[in-house]
Amino acid sequence: MSDRDDILQRLRAAPRGKAPLLPDVSAFHAALAAGMPASTPAARRTLFCEKMAFWHGEVVRVTHDSWPEKLRELCLAKGVRSLLCGERHAVALRGAGIEGLKTYDRPLEEWKAELFQNIEAGLTSTRGGIAETGTLIIWPDASEPRLLSLVPPIHFALLDARQIYDNLFTAMSEQGWSAGMPTNALLVSGPSKTADIQVTLAYGAHGPKELIVLLLVDEEELA
Amino acid sequence: MNTQALRFVPASEFKERAAAAVADEHLRHSFRGAMDFLIGKRAAQFPDPVALEQQRALAEHIRKYSLARLPDLLEQLERKLTENGIQVHWAADPEQANRIIIDIARRHSTRLMVKGKSMVSEEIELNHAMADAGMEALESDMGEYIVQLDGEKPSHIIMPAIHKTKEQIARLFADKVPGASYTESVDELIGIGRAVLREKFMAAEIGLSGVNFAVAETGTLCLVENEGNGRMCTTVPDVHIAITGIEKVVEKLEHVPPLFALLTRSATGQAITTYFNLISGPRKPGEKDGPREVHLVLVDNGRTQAYADEQLRATLQCIRCGACMNHCPVYTRIGGHAYGTTYPGPIGEIISPHMLGLAATHVLPTASSLCGACGEVCPVRIPIPDLLIRLRGEAQHDERPGHFPMLGQGAAKSRVIDAIWAGWAALYTRPALYRAFGWLATRFRALTPPMQSGWTVSRTPLKPAGQTLHERMAARKRP
Repeated sequence: MSDRDDILQRLRAAPRGKAPLLPDVSAFHAALAAGMPASTPAARRTLFCEKMAFWHGEVVRVTHDSWPEKLRELCLAKGVRSLLCGERHAVALRGAGIEGLKTYDRPLEEWKAELFQNIEAGLTSTRGGIAETGTLIIWPDASEPRLLSLVPPIHFALLDARQIYDNLFTAMSEQGWSAGMPTNALLVSGPSKTADIQVTLAYGAHGPKELIVLLLVDEEELA
Repeated sequence: MNTQALRFVPASEFKERAAAAVADEHLRHSFRGAMDFLIGKRAAQFPDPVALEQQRALAEHIRKYSLARLPDLLEQLERKLTENGIQVHWAADPEQANRIIIDIARRHSTRLMVKGKSMVSEEIELNHAMADAGMEALESDMGEYIVQLDGEKPSHIIMPAIHKTKEQIARLFADKVPGASYTESVDELIGIGRAVLREKFMAAEIGLSGVNFAVAETGTLCLVENEGNGRMCTTVPDVHIAITGIEKVVEKLEHVPPLFALLTRSATGQAITTYFNLISGPRKPGEKDGPREVHLVLVDNGRTQAYADEQLRATLQCIRCGACMNHCPVYTRIGGHAYGTTYPGPIGEIISPHMLGLAATHVLPTASSLCGACGEVCPVRIPIPDLLIRLRGEAQHDERPGHFPMLGQGAAKSRVIDAIWAGWAALYTRPALYRAFGWLATRFRALTPPMQSGWTVSRTPLKPAGQTLHERMAARKRP
């Protein structure tokens, strides 16, 4: 008998007992929400920024028109000489005249060493944010590959302030994740870190040492 | 690099190792400090005890629901993963799991495998099997990297190098990492590890990881981590192999958030980890990175034995947060290595007997004062103290009627102890015999032996009083 059949047979031979009903996760969250003040976009944004700061993530407010220029300034201020982006934002960033701009336009195998050794920052889009935990939702794709948010020592992430959800459960249900997951989906809360040496926190363990969120807000809010 | 064979020390020598650990002042200081820190961090995450109980009830419900449907969910998971392009393998025991992984590695002419944190890979002793097959398996979690570099095993499932001070790690890096100079700066030490391991991520043919949750409805493997090495292992090499116990599956994606929320808060007192990595397939045409092949190895290794019993099945609710060990007074005093098993602390005491058999592990369920802390902090409400008592019983007796015998059933049975209990039962069920014994024991109390086996190791000997309680009560009643 194969190991598969053997395992399944042993599991099926076990006493069944009383089968629990399907857990109602949405009722749990509804009850939780009922006991709290109504969720507003402004409150979610404030909480997101607070939590992101707790994780050592930086939040910079930008607008739809000005963000490439702001990113150029940030790169200059941080001494970034090579910024990697996906094809999605390549045109806008080239327009802003960012120096050392590179596009992730080849399969990894063709430039692995260069990606690891010569890229100082990466820019990704996000699918939204989570207020409760200060978290970015990132779904890498053909335009913005998985390593764009991992290998460069600085990670810039563009987040639309209107796309901030209360918690992970509301984000995944409102965005309909279970209908079709991408090959890789990520939640990112701050730069990479470890406390494996004597419980002392250190940033930049294997991934980015810095995470900067470019929070897209309306013109009038910025003014 | 240290690739020497590392076999587990026998659990049966637990008592000697525990005694040595208790005498090691430095080790006790390390563990006490770290555990107090983790206890405090966890407590800060749960300020409202009522809310915590609601969360625990939901998490327990999800785990029980998933286990009740386990065989169906495993088949659904296999179907969905296969649709998504992930290859699923099943292994009844560690040998088979290693064989599967080594076959895949050989097919890809592997020299180096980089590993993200996986306790199941420790359980099957994959590194040893890989070394035997002439391939290197390198741990990339900072804590795991440190203990592997020093030829050790993890002493905690979440913080593998918790027993080491930064001075020891500084010395280790200076001695074993080519080009590294001695530094006690934690940032610099992490920087050294980062630089070494980035080279390895680029060079490795295979990345291996564990799995925190496997979602049946979408065919998704979820990985929880802070460092990013798990993402490296599952993204940079051409092949990703995930390995997990069969109990980690849940039905729906929406079942993940409540478990994830409790996992990180219970483990390290974080509201969330830096990364939550959901993998649902290999690189698609047009995508520019990610592995071209993804495999999942489902491991039994004794889990079906726990599953076969309705009470012991609760063992499989575990989400491996480590809170039970952080709060265990025994674990805090003896550390993780004394147990001699992959999983130390209370969870190890209840899961190891299924993996290794009671003959090798029957002493482990006795490494508890039954204070109940483990059961109280368990986010999925595993009644750990009840299971400890049950396993103690299984080690002492034949199988219960209507139950399958456990591996090593009755391994701790002793004729002497059985005879003592039979004598005790006889005394306490026969009044005449009881009074006669009481009379003899009090009148001949001078003959009580001064050495009374385990009792007098650290206590004064027991000696009966001059009169029995019955006699003294009778004397008081007389006017």
